[in-house]
This record gives sequence, C-alpha cells and structure tokens, in this order.
Amino acid sequence: MQTLTKPVGLELEQAQMMTGAEAVIQSLLAEGVDTVFGYPGGAIMPVYDALYDYQHFLNHVLVRHEQGGIHAAQGYARVSGKVGVCFATSGPGATNLITGLADAMIDSNPLVCITGQVASHLLGTDAFQETDVVGVSMPVTKWNCQVTKAEDIPAAIAKAFFIARSGRPGPVLIDITKDAQFGKLAFHYEPCQLVRSYVPKVKLDLEQVQRAAELINNAKKPFLLVGQGVIISQAERELLQLVEKAGIPFAWTLMGLSAVPTDHELGMGMLGMHGNYAPNVKTNECDILIAVGMRFDDRVTGDVSKYAKQAKVIHIEIDPAEIDKNIKADVPVVADAKEALQALVEMVHPNDHSAWVNEFHEKRAIEVEKVITQDLFPQKEGLTMGEVIRRVSDHLNGDGILVTDVGQHQMVASRYFQFKKSRSNVTSGGLGTMGFALPAALGAKLGSPDREVVAVIGDGGFQMTLQELATIFQTQAAVKIIILNNNFLGMVRQWQQLFFEKRYSFTEMTNPDFIKISEAYGIPATKVTLREDLDKGVEALLSSDGPFLLEVVVEKEDNVFPMVPSGASVSDIRLE
Amino acid sequence: MIRKYTISIFTENFIGLLNRITIIFTRRHINIESLTVSESEVKGVHRYTFVVKSEEEKVKKLVKQIEKLVDVLKAFYYTNEETVFQEIALYKVSTAGLKEGRNFERLIREHHARMLTVEAEFVVIEKTGHKEETQELLRQLQPFGVLEFARSGRVAVTKPMKRLSSYLKEMEEDQLQLT
Ligand SMILES: Cc1ncc(C[n+]2csc(CCOP(=O)(O)OP(=O)(O)O)c2C)c(N)n1
Ligand SMILES: [Mg+2]
Repeated sequence: MQTLTKPVGLELEQAQMMTGAEAVIQSLLAEGVDTVFGYPGGAIMPVYDALYDYQHFLNHVLVRHEQGGIHAAQGYARVSGKVGVCFATSGPGATNLITGLADAMIDSNPLVCITGQVASHLLGTDAFQETDVVGVSMPVTKWNCQVTKAEDIPAAIAKAFFIARSGRPGPVLIDITKDAQFGKLAFHYEPCQLVRSYVPKVKLDLEQVQRAAELINNAKKPFLLVGQGVIISQAERELLQLVEKAGIPFAWTLMGLSAVPTDHELGMGMLGMHGNYAPNVKTNECDILIAVGMRFDDRVTGDVSKYAKQAKVIHIEIDPAEIDKNIKADVPVVADAKEALQALVEMVHPNDHSAWVNEFHEKRAIEVEKVITQDLFPQKEGLTMGEVIRRVSDHLNGDGILVTDVGQHQMVASRYFQFKKSRSNVTSGGLGTMGFALPAALGAKLGSPDREVVAVIGDGGFQMTLQELATIFQTQAAVKIIILNNNFLGMVRQWQQLFFEKRYSFTEMTNPDFIKISEAYGIPATKVTLREDLDKGVEALLSSDGPFLLEVVVEKEDNVFPMVPSGASVSDIRLE
Repeated sequence: MIRKYTISIFTENFIGLLNRITIIFTRRHINIESLTVSESEVKGVHRYTFVVKSEEEKVKKLVKQIEKLVDVLKAFYYTNEETVFQEIALYKVSTAGLKEGRNFERLIREHHARMLTVEAEFVVIEKTGHKEETQELLRQLQPFGVLEFARSGRVAVTKPMKRLSSYLKEMEEDQLQLT
C-alpha cells in the first residue's frame, strides 16, 4: 500500500488544479466522509484510480454486489446519523443500486450515491454500459443529477449532501460522465447551505403547538405514536420529557423502534400488523392520538376507514406532504420533531392517566398469556424464533444493535429484542427488502464499531445477498449473524396457511449447508438444533472477536401473532 | 366531485424536471388533460400549467407531492372560477372548400377568429378561447374541409392577488432560520 500524503478537502491551498475524479474524493473528504461502499467498473475507473492515492484518508469497502454496497451505506447511515456513501459504475452497476435507493427513499435514509457514466459525447447512443440512470432512478431518489463537466463536480456533491441530510432525509444520486472525471478543474469546495427552491423545514407555528397542548391538557385517554422522525431529529429526550410530564402512554412503529427504551413504564410496545395487542386495540379507544415523526403506513393503520375515528389526531411531521395523506390531522404541526416537542413540553400540564395506562396493562396480560409465554418459554419440542431472540437480547442487556431482514424473524425480533439506546434498530421497514440485513449489518458495524451488531436473517433472505460474507471476511467486521432457519419462506407460508387454505405454493426450500458456506468464506459458524445447545451457540456467537455465524433450526410452521389481517381494522387484531 | 383543476407550478429551469413532475401524476393515475410550459414573470423561474380532471382531495395531495420536489419552488391548484385562462387553436382549411366564401367569412367573424395566412391551397385560421369555443368552431369548419387542427394547452393566470415574489420571500425567511 502506498503512503502518499495528500492535502485534504478544505485544508487545500486555494483552487488547486486536479482531475474531476480527484475532486470527487476531495469533495467527500471535505464533507467529512470516512467510509465509502463501492464496486468499480469502466465508467468509474478514473475515480477508483484517484482513490488509490487516498486509501489512508478514505476507507473504501469493496462489496460483492452493488445492492450490498447501498444497503451497507444505509446501515452505516442509520446507526451513525451520517450520510452513507456508495460508488457504482454505469449501466448494470447503477441499476443494481435501484432496490437500495427505493428502500432508502421510503425509509428516509440519507445517502449520496455516485455513479460513473459513459463519456458525454456517447450519451444517447446506446454506448456500452450506457443506461439512463438519472431517468431510471428519478422516482426513487430525493434528488439526482448528471454532471458532464469536471468543474461542476464540487458544487454538485455539496448540493447532494445538503439535500440528502436536511429536512426529511433521503437518497441522492450523482451520475458523472467519464470525461468529467478525466477533465481538469481548479478545486474549491464550498459546503451547500441553501437551495433556493427547497425548504427543508418550515418555521414552527407556535399557535398549532398551543392547540395541540390544549387537546393534550384536556385529554382523558391520550396516546402517542413514536416514529423514526424522533430518531432522525434526535428528539428522544424531548419525547420522554413530554410523555413523562403529561403521563401519556406511547407505542412505536417498526421504524421508531429503539428511539425510547423498550422497558419504559409508559412504553406499550410496537404498533402495526405484527405489533403488540394493547397499542393496536387502544388506538381505537384513545381520545387524543399524537403521532410524532411517522407517516401512518398501511401496515400501521390497517383499514384507514376504521382507524382512530373516535380520536382527535395531532400529527407532528416535518414533511408537509404526509399531513392528511393517509389519516386526517385535526392539529397538524409541520415541524422538526425536536423543535415541536421542545415547545410542546413547556405548554402541557403535569398529568397522570394511570387508570388509562392500566387498561393497556390488562390487554398486555392477555397477550402475555396467549402469545408471549409460548413464544419465549415454549413447552413444545421445536425451537421458536422468540426464544432465540430472548437469549441474544438477555446477553446483550439492551446494548446491542439489531439488524433484521424481512419476514417472520424480522417481526419476532422486533417484538422481543430489548433496546436501551437509540439508533440501535436497522431494518427495511417501508420496502420490506429481503437481502437487506447482511450488508446493512456490515455497514452498521463500520458505522458503530464499538457496539455489538447482531443480524437476524431468515433462510430465504440470507440467500439473496450472502455474497457479502466475503466483504465481511475481508474487512473482518465483527458482525454476528443469526440465521433463523425454518426451511420456508415463512412469512409467505403463514399467509398461505391463514388466507390461502394452506396451499403452500413455492415457499418450501431445500437449503444449502449454511455452516459450510460460512466456513468457505472464512467465517466460523455453528448450528443449533436442540434447545439444550442454544445457550452455548449464543455464547459462541457473542464471545467471538471477529464475525461469526449461528444457524438455529426453528419450528418449520410457526406463525407470528398477534396479527392484524390485511385490510382489517387495528382493533380486530387476532391473537391466534 | 370530479372537476377540472388548473395546477400552476413554479420551478427552476433544469433538465429532466418535467419528467420528475409527470411521474407524480402517472403514479396516482391522474391523466394530464393539457400542459404548457413557459417563463414566468420572475426571471429564471419557469411556469408549468397542467389541467387535470379529478377530485379536490386527490389534487391537493398531488400538489403537495409536486411541491416536495427539490427543484420546485411553489405549486398551487385552482378551480376554473379562480383563474382566467385561454387556449389557442389553429385550423388549416382547404381553399377548395371555400367556394361559398360569404358564409365562411361570417363564421370567422362570429367566432372572433382571424385569418392568419392565405395560401393557394389552404388558409389558416386562428382562434383563442376556451376549449368549448375552439371545439365549436372546429365543428362548424368541418364542412369546409379541415386539413389540420391543433390546440395548445391552457395558459392561465390566477385571480388571487398574492404574487409569486412574496411567496419566494416567505420561503427565504423559512430558509434563514436554518442557518
Ligand atoms: C426481495 C423480496 N422478495 C420477496 C419478498 C416477499 N417476502 C416477504 S417475507 C418473505 C419470506 C421470507 O422468508 P425468510 O427469509 O426465510 O424469512 P422467514 O419469514 O421464514 O422468517 C417473502 C418471500 C420480499 N419481501 N422481498
Ligand atoms: Mg425462513
């Protein structure tokens, strides 16, 4: 490895001449980027060539598929709060990013993706590996643009970072033609602080906050919903101040998970299709519903025509387009959650709603008896996903980062994993992207190297991006991987059982030997099939210094309950 | 209730922005009846005028999604009553069909249309008005032999007196509190 010392970013002498490719790197350094996930190819080779001289300033992680690269960047962004960055070449490299862009868009992850493009004189000629990436990525980016001149690179990157991280965050893509990468410019970097046409957040309307406070002060049965906006705006403390002062029971969405400690005495669990019983039922009994930084996804609301009809709705949300989109707000507060909550805390009166809170506990007891006990302390022979999660969570004592894939294991892990710290849950919520977890866990580990990162993945989803085991091995990122193997596309099988008369159409899998696969990639692994071996397996997993894979064979045909059947009302949630 | 709405969008002048805007319509199955793009009264700001037939609820949500686009400055929707609007239509009519010249000229006059060009084989008529009016003239010109017909999208200005520049000022104030 070369040890060149290069002046970096803002410390550069004024307007140094360099290539567009080098300006890409310098711009990233000026933005404080320390990690990039990427994959090279013809149209982005100049950038990779420039990167060669900057290996000591910028940690580039060579993933094994561009989808892995962008999911890793998402995992990195989600745990660190910083912008995730990835590189890909033109054509197939760029199109491989699309799933991750869609995922980041719907889950509001800040990303800057830089793609190489054919030389500008070839644009529109169907040149080798030419794809209209700006066109293809338009619906799944917050903003995108194509740069065809070297001198436009620094400003484009500055604008990209500003847009990606401000307001409601999202993914931004910059497509840079090869001639722009080769071209020369006098480098000068100016961080972007303003885009005339873009208002990331509006001034807080205190009158609206006052109206919200009045509703809360007069409420008999207030109920608060915590969304990811609380995490993004770092409003965790203000949120707790509000609920504790006014005595408001609350619940979280899948994306809001970990914003507040899961064992908080006013915390009533998770909302939504496979959330907890009490918060779903009580949504249709509260008199004031306070939604903070969430967008009333249909997996949360069920049938909107039967959702919280009896309640007045206060919706605190930074994105004006979310107000009244799915659920009408009686008091909309378009604002950054932190600012709105700071003001609201001052205006609400101290209160206590213990009788109302007890109603949640009564419902909770029913769920404990009918569902939770069987999940966590099963009497039957086969292992349950729930008991595996409980063991892991107990070991970590609320301190770990949980990364989940998509399916039954995701819902079980989200229900039972205990959190004490914010930014500790990474999952594909809005898009439900199988294959997300393994690369996202790698990114999460690199974004939060001092914390234990546990990826919980199904046997199906693991096989969608398992090539990233190689990246994990090469980086030696100490990702702890758990495969909950039911030899089924379990979540789809559950729906087939419940709603398609058990017609198991193409959901059973003959799986490979996951242990051999892991070992072939150089990652130690162990398999547990019996309850008595579970503790040992979990210990091996968590005590390993480097990456480790634990496969647990679980019951083939267990179902996740409670469940709000799709199209049903949240209060028609089923316990079995 | 399904009605006609005029959507006015003020934007930066960037390549590809039209595409970004139209995919918001298509994703929600809202058909675009007409579209016009021009510069606005503010230098460097472009104005898109869309006409759609839809319900107010849907249009309201659509306009919010459009305004959310980074390069869109402002987006509004209006009913017909809230705007003054026109379309322009051109009719190419064969001279062979104009034998009964008197009728033809009277028709043009009655419709407040005008003759734009007269060539050996055809004449071109121009009429400005609402769609029903330009459509009616088309119907009445058909017997003379209409060789070509083209109608523009709607151009519209609005009756409310608040000006774009004051909206832009409000945006600036919101942006200032950020820095
Ligand atoms: C890319 C992608 N394809 C298909 C689906 C539909 N889907 C949702 S859950 C699921 C089954 C997941 O199976 P597995 O990974 O084994 O997890 P399990 O449900 O068994 O825990 C499928 C196919 C999806 N979410 N993502
Ligand atoms: Mg499975």
